[in-house]
Amino acid sequence: MIPPSIHNFLTTDLMPMLACVLAALCTGLLGNFLVLRRMSLMGDAISHAVLPGLVLAFILTGSRSTWPMLAGAGVSGLVTVALVSLVRRLGRLDTGTAMGVVFSILFALGVVMIERVARQVDLDAECVLYGAAETLFWLNAPDRWNQVLSADSLSGVPRQVTTLLVMAILAGAFVAVFFKELRLAAFDSALAASLGFRPGLVNAALMAMVAASTVAAFEAVGSILVIAMLVCPAATARLLTDRLRSQLLVSAIVAVASGILGYILGAFGPHWFGHDRSVSVTGMMTVVAGVLLFTAVIASPSHGIVARSLRRLAIAVTVAREDLLATLYRAEERRGAPGPADRALPGKTLGSLARRQAIKRGEVTPAPSAMPIPLALTDKGRDAARQIVRTHRLWEDYLVTNLGLRTDHVHDTAMRLEHLRDAAAARLAPHTAPTTDPHGSPIPPPSTQPSAQAIGHLIRTDRSRNLP
Amino acid sequence: MTPALTITASLSSPPSTFSWAELFRALTFQAGHNTALVVAGTALLGIAGGLVGTLALLRKRSLMGDAISHATLPGIGLAFLIATALGFQGRSVPILMLGGGITAILGVLAIQFLLRFTRLREDAAIAVILSTFFGLGVVIMTVVQSSSSGQQGGLRAYIFGQASAMSASDVWLMASLAVGAALIVALLFKELTLTCFDDEFARAAGWPVGLLDLAIMSLVVIVTLAGIQAVGLVLVIAMLIVPAAAARFWSERVVIVTLLAAALGGLSGYLGAIASSMLDRLPTGGVIVLSAGAIFVLSLVLAPRRGVLATVARRLRLRLSVALDHRVVALTAPTTGPITGSTTGSTTRAHAPIPFIDLLLRLRGLALPSVGSPALTDSGRARAARVAGARQEWEDFLSHQAGIPRSHAAVSADLVEHVLRKDGARP
Repeated sequence: MIPPSIHNFLTTDLMPMLACVLAALCTGLLGNFLVLRRMSLMGDAISHAVLPGLVLAFILTGSRSTWPMLAGAGVSGLVTVALVSLVRRLGRLDTGTAMGVVFSILFALGVVMIERVARQVDLDAECVLYGAAETLFWLNAPDRWNQVLSADSLSGVPRQVTTLLVMAILAGAFVAVFFKELRLAAFDSALAASLGFRPGLVNAALMAMVAASTVAAFEAVGSILVIAMLVCPAATARLLTDRLRSQLLVSAIVAVASGILGYILGAFGPHWFGHDRSVSVTGMMTVVAGVLLFTAVIASPSHGIVARSLRRLAIAVTVAREDLLATLYRAEERRGAPGPADRALPGKTLGSLARRQAIKRGEVTPAPSAMPIPLALTDKGRDAARQIVRTHRLWEDYLVTNLGLRTDHVHDTAMRLEHLRDAAAARLAPHTAPTTDPHGSPIPPPSTQPSAQAIGHLIRTDRSRNLP
Repeated sequence: MTPALTITASLSSPPSTFSWAELFRALTFQAGHNTALVVAGTALLGIAGGLVGTLALLRKRSLMGDAISHATLPGIGLAFLIATALGFQGRSVPILMLGGGITAILGVLAIQFLLRFTRLREDAAIAVILSTFFGLGVVIMTVVQSSSSGQQGGLRAYIFGQASAMSASDVWLMASLAVGAALIVALLFKELTLTCFDDEFARAAGWPVGLLDLAIMSLVVIVTLAGIQAVGLVLVIAMLIVPAAAARFWSERVVIVTLLAAALGGLSGYLGAIASSMLDRLPTGGVIVLSAGAIFVLSLVLAPRRGVLATVARRLRLRLSVALDHRVVALTAPTTGPITGSTTGSTTRAHAPIPFIDLLLRLRGLALPSVGSPALTDSGRARAARVAGARQEWEDFLSHQAGIPRSHAAVSADLVEHVLRKDGARP
């Protein structure tokens, strides 16, 4: 036996939740390619522009039955896509403007048509926006667990849910079968064209799928959820991964999670706070999707604001530590006499972080405070500092000899470049092997031990993470 | 379920039959106080929308208006809830507008935040903020509806607009907003257009580009708030985009485009409001946008230079001229000898025979009527010589200066021979 509370859930809540999750899943999957192709607002345009199609279908058939409505909406979805591309090319406008022009005029046309021709049509504006997910009941919800999949129970599943299930399977199959073509067309449509993949055709197919799933979804769950799910899960996934396959997977998970969480919060949440009416579940799913995206923006391990700030801080501390070592080395060279190349260390916080890091790595030890900087290099620190100063002076030599810069112009550039001591910098020493820099200071010999290339690695990681 | 998209636009007792006298009175603001108010208000809205929309268009931020208008919804709902809880009249327009304005600005800032700190592109950022804010608004609206059963009717109007309900104070508000927007645009015109066209340069020249951007977006927020009352959340987007996009076709000068956009926006507001006052059951907002849409389509087709007809005509003229070039060269070829294996080898589409080409040759005075192939006149021969000469020149240039073999030069020579002037070929 199924307990009454669960039976109640099966009857009233399972189908709306399923409809929302399926709608979120199929639009979420397709949305990945819209986001990559910078056409995220296509869902917005299509869902506004289906209005005249709905009214036209009503006028032609005189009924509000499902299939004419779906056909009308589907046709106007495709017409929207075609018109946007036509206006963009004929009028030489940017995509955003073309979309705005087309969908707002089509929406106005729908509004006027309703008022003039089909005033009696019971097209509920709010239903178009919010959907009517709450009205999807499972009429023959089973009493026993072993009846869940029986024909009798399944016959009571609302048609909207079956439609969405078919649509979600279609969308999944479309993405799986044409993955290669979609990926190529999204990332490099010129290459796709030259390889004979017809990116225009791929794009048209994608737009047709978007229009179809928009139409299939908005009847049950409303246009607002469709617009959100076309972009939010994909954008969230984009901030969490760098590979298209994992992006698709993550976006599907995010879409399903926002569907389930949003439903629970919208349908049951208000009761926890003592309200007796639930709030719009589709609106709540959109909010959940937005919150998930915001979380990813802040906390994504690769692209999140926190992680990026930490990476930059690590770079800054390493640079400051190396500057500290080089300053101490130069001071040793001059046997304590103050020199022109000495720089004030960076701000207090960064400076103390750098000092602590240097002490922890065993590169410096505390020294009598009579010195300008109360630290002394250890042997290990002196080795490291020698390599930094060597790179600095090699860079100076390179800039003067090969780039023809004046000797008094190279120090600041070399200050920045000295931190990059990887393979490229190792080739700086030309065959002449200079022994002094342009200012006459000796260039220390190369280290015999391979040095850790922390900073170049850090910078490269950060750069590659932030490629568009 | 509430009844269908009730965009009641029946203005002050709409006349059931059309009459020219009625139209004239409407056009001259004499068809009743209420109609005059609505016409004036929507025309002013159109003017403000055109002015501000041009800046948004040039900054390629047309769809920010989309996000902004959707982002007003949570603010409107929250303002209603808070005002009601504090014992004020929840439906007072200034309170709702203030709430909507606050969340709209928050939406703009959120979009800027996403653009600044993530790798999301503009379209994705706009779509994310639009849908999330609107979803939040929808949630708040369901709270509003469940908490106050009798009062929510006025809030519906914010999604679909209610021009007919415009009062004199609304028109004054609209007028001051339009004048204010015009003043700001006029005062900051140089800075704003500089930001639109070359923000890098503006930044390098020391202008606060971030602030100027924010100024443009605040203007969009103001126009949106003013327009929501009249034409609703969705159609106000059209007032910000369509007149500006239409004006863009007519000129390459930013001052003219801006003024024209204001004029076209005003015109569509004026015409739309009058049409909906003249004819029964025409929703004002929809008709205004359709008027703007008609103006857009006319501009798209008819505008000189950027219009579709002008472009088609230009291409046709070029194709004809190319065909004439080929024909005169073909007619002279047997007498002047082979032109380095080119005319025979070229297979471009332009070489497809064009019907009546010989007739055209005669009409242009390039050939005389004769039996068989036409005989070229002096000017026809001169034209053939010029084309062949230009071709020869180009092939010489490629083979001597660029080291490209003559056999490979034919492809580009096919294209260049029609536009290269003999005197301009050699430095």
